[in-house]
Amino acid sequence: MEATPGGALLVLMLVIPVTGLLIAFAQGGRAPERIALWLAPLGLAMAAVLLAGVLHAKAPVIAFVGGWAPPLGLALRADGLAAAMLMTTAVIIAAIILFARADYMTPPGLPEARAPLAFWCFLLALWAALNAAFLGGDLFNLFVALEMLTFGALALACLDGRATQFKAELRYLLFALIGSVLYLLGTALLYGAYGTLDILLLSRAARADAPTIVAASLMTVGLLGKMALFPLHLWLPAAHAGAPPAASALLSGLVVKASYVLLLRLWFWVMPAALLLAVAPILALLGAAAILFGSVVALRQARLKLLVAYSTVAQIGYLFLMFPLAAGSLAEVAERAWTGGALQAISHAFAKAAMFLAAGVIARGMGHDRIAELHGAARVAPLSVLAFGLAGLSLMGIPPSGGFTAKWLLLQAALYAGQWWWALVIVAGGLLTGGYVFRVLSTAMRAPAPDFAPAAPVDAMQERVALGLAVISVVLGLLPLAAFGLVLIGR
Amino acid sequence: MIYGLVASALVALGLYGLVTQSALLRKVLAFNLLGGGVFLLFGVVARRGGDAVPEALVITGLVVAFAATALALVLVLRLFQITGAATIAEDETPR
Repeated sequence: MEATPGGALLVLMLVIPVTGLLIAFAQGGRAPERIALWLAPLGLAMAAVLLAGVLHAKAPVIAFVGGWAPPLGLALRADGLAAAMLMTTAVIIAAIILFARADYMTPPGLPEARAPLAFWCFLLALWAALNAAFLGGDLFNLFVALEMLTFGALALACLDGRATQFKAELRYLLFALIGSVLYLLGTALLYGAYGTLDILLLSRAARADAPTIVAASLMTVGLLGKMALFPLHLWLPAAHAGAPPAASALLSGLVVKASYVLLLRLWFWVMPAALLLAVAPILALLGAAAILFGSVVALRQARLKLLVAYSTVAQIGYLFLMFPLAAGSLAEVAERAWTGGALQAISHAFAKAAMFLAAGVIARGMGHDRIAELHGAARVAPLSVLAFGLAGLSLMGIPPSGGFTAKWLLLQAALYAGQWWWALVIVAGGLLTGGYVFRVLSTAMRAPAPDFAPAAPVDAMQERVALGLAVISVVLGLLPLAAFGLVLIGR
Repeated sequence: MIYGLVASALVALGLYGLVTQSALLRKVLAFNLLGGGVFLLFGVVARRGGDAVPEALVITGLVVAFAATALALVLVLRLFQITGAATIAEDETPR
């Protein structure tokens, strides 16, 4: 393992958002929103260059911080999965920056306002934390990245300062803190057993003995708590639905995916294959329970944002079906399952971000988000209802969306691997998702009452951003399958 | 050996407190107890291995735990100022 050319780019992807954050906080006033606006295209460009570099070299890009190789120093690694997630992050953050301009611009005439300053600073912090979580090559560094992520996400979610919101976000904080302490306990045991926390060095040394099993279970439970996999989902719906739209989109679309990528690194890189084979069916069973439970509960929700949040509980479940299919199968089946899982993470990120932004615009336009009274929403916020529907296509898994390709790959992998029962769960989950998406759409399309008036004008830019993300989640499915070979690089 | 046992006891006490206590302040304290146990465990590892890396990790961990405690306390305080509540009871559903 050696540092590769282009490693400086990995360092820049961490340093630039942090530098932006520090300057923004020190300057105050209107500097934060300007800096965020300037950094959005820069971040997109860096992620695109990295993606092209990984694709061209067909190998991970590696950097050693300070030139010190592990175990003495720390490594940053961008394999195909990391490059794809970084690109997803850059696009969604840029979209959120455009979306949030209408809500969080400092009002004219004021030198500085509390909410905008906090929003733009924490957005940059969250971006840096996400990049660190996808690039980190060291289990302890990843712990720090996860904690930064929790703090940034929590601050964004609490920005409105309503009492009910504080309760939901405090519950989120407690779950996240227990999760990270369990994770840290696991890293302590691993360090005690192997004397290193570098992922690649561990992967060569890992044995299936008692300390490793205890450490792996602690870290897995901690990460599952942070990802809100059933039955640890209790905190998610209230915390995600209570946040402002821009924060909900980040929490549901990106923040849970960081823990997911870390869980993949733990099981597919660090742990010996025998352990993975034993654990994979349990994870998938929990995932299947999450799909069925989350979808049924989403179907019964009276409020739009809670429906979208329970849909996240369900869609997270799909990510875990990949474990038994990618572990211990033939190479070709495992590749399908792996690609399907990664694509599910990416297409859900776009679709769910679009859905939460659209739900936010609809709720503002209608003045409430009670699903039964959404008549006329399609007239108030037509593009947002369209975005909700398109994102719904991807969540259901209807061609040609990205969600369809993801679920199709998982379905095929399940059949080829002879584990047909997962295929049944995928199909049932798709039908239930169709149920709750159509429930919202059919009400929103109905004609409003004669005396109906919108509660507030909707912002055209916000509608376009939500639609743009929804279109991306659909267009992902039109990419040729070979393009997804990217996520196999460095597996 | 004795340090290892104390660390395990702290972790167990902290987890027990986090789950059973309903008052938020006690939950935050229990979290710190739990964190203390984990850091002590890092110390045990460092003593056995004889290298300085776990100590460096503990220092970073302490800073993170301090930040987490401060953030949690600010939220608890704000919640108390707004609602007068010092717990997050399960019966409250967000609107």
